[in-house]
Amino acid sequence: MHRVVITGMGTINALGTDVPTTLEAFREGRCGIGPLEFRDVERLSIRIGGQVRDYDPEASFNRQQIALYDRFTQFTLLAAQEAVGQSGLSFAGELAARSGVVLGTAGGGVTTWDENYRTVYEEGKNRVHPFVVPKLMNNAAASHVSMTHNLKGPSFTVATACASSNHAMGQAFQLIRSGMCTVMLTGGSESMLCFGGVKAWEGLRVMSKDACRPFSANRNGMVQGEGAGVFVFEEMEHAKKRGATILAEVIGFAMTSDAADIVMPSQQGAARAIRGAMQDAKVNPEQIGYINAHGTGTAANDKTECAAVADALGHHADAVMISSTKSMHGHLIGGTGAVELLACILALRDGIIAPTIGYEEPDPECALDVVPNVAREAKVDVVLSNAFAFGGLNAVLALRKV
Amino acid sequence: MSSEVQDKVIEIIAEQAVLEVSDVKLDATLEDLGIDSMGLVESIFAIEEAFDIQVPFNANEPEKSEFDISSVGAIVTAIEALVAEQKGT
Repeated sequence: MHRVVITGMGTINALGTDVPTTLEAFREGRCGIGPLEFRDVERLSIRIGGQVRDYDPEASFNRQQIALYDRFTQFTLLAAQEAVGQSGLSFAGELAARSGVVLGTAGGGVTTWDENYRTVYEEGKNRVHPFVVPKLMNNAAASHVSMTHNLKGPSFTVATACASSNHAMGQAFQLIRSGMCTVMLTGGSESMLCFGGVKAWEGLRVMSKDACRPFSANRNGMVQGEGAGVFVFEEMEHAKKRGATILAEVIGFAMTSDAADIVMPSQQGAARAIRGAMQDAKVNPEQIGYINAHGTGTAANDKTECAAVADALGHHADAVMISSTKSMHGHLIGGTGAVELLACILALRDGIIAPTIGYEEPDPECALDVVPNVAREAKVDVVLSNAFAFGGLNAVLALRKV
Repeated sequence: MSSEVQDKVIEIIAEQAVLEVSDVKLDATLEDLGIDSMGLVESIFAIEEAFDIQVPFNANEPEKSEFDISSVGAIVTAIEALVAEQKGT
């Protein structure tokens, strides 16, 4: 069994266009959620989101690349560039053959679907651009990362709704741990903040019209975000041999299925995943200092998640810190676990616990230390990151300080 | 002899090849200009949009297509015929 460490990280999301800006926002408890800006937004009843603002694709990509890259692919490539740059790796020969990409996304090129449906249905045109398919396919981002960075080993995309990124990072972890790969680029991205994307979510009636307030008694739903998070996972000896800066060690992963309901979460399913990640990591509940919650801000998720944490951690649940950074960057759906892993690294490396902002009223059903509103300094050695998806698919990662 | 169709087709091909219009000669092949199969279908899309015509082209068997793409000049001739046929000009 090989040990797996993180040697690079990159992001773009509503809080910033890189990791330092995002971590600064976590420290300050800054909110990136605001009024949505796109065509036909006035026809939506939900008009807020964690949108990446002032984004100019032409600043990073040429015309031909833009013709081929959906927004979710662009975000992924930007995050991957930052992560690979930090790692100091370049891929050639044997290393390229033993390195790959596993990314999560729930919707893939949603804006490409949206724009082209508009063209053929609303505008009545009978012709669409030839790159619609390669642009919208869910694996477009993973494929472009592999092409851009010459990664020739296993590459694929995982789609498990809101757990996509955690499932993806779990696969990357296992590919290196088993000895199949040396380096994996992993994480995920999502960009469904367009008329059709938000309209679909609106239909489910789980969205908040004003704010994402996880664990707060007056919470009234989730708020969507967009962006990407990409990490360089590397076999530990390989990283040490080349003198790389190690950000954290990935020590455990577990996934479970509720086998119960297509949208309602299950305390048992979530608790089994949390317990499974601790067992895989060979740690006791008492060693867990921080949990990055799934914490969507819906009535159902937050109380179920708190009950699952209490179940899995026992008495230690009262001592552990648990926060939801979705209150700041929104719910990135298939990309959310990746951006949230940044808060785990912030906790381990810098000793800063990102807060749950927007917290206004205690909820007896969420009676844990949710680090309300203000970031906290604390030394933690082991953290967990939760993701619980629609469809009852749960994925939990465990990380350790190095 | 130059035509409106020829000028527009050359403009589209030049844009695809990232070349000046003056560098796109009628006897050049798409390969000479560095346009690959993806570039070709993108050019055909742009031509269809520009002239509001349907270009019969299947990327699986370009050689069997009624649409001659052997050179820039051949494409111009084919597009002129399609415009005349489909737009009645």
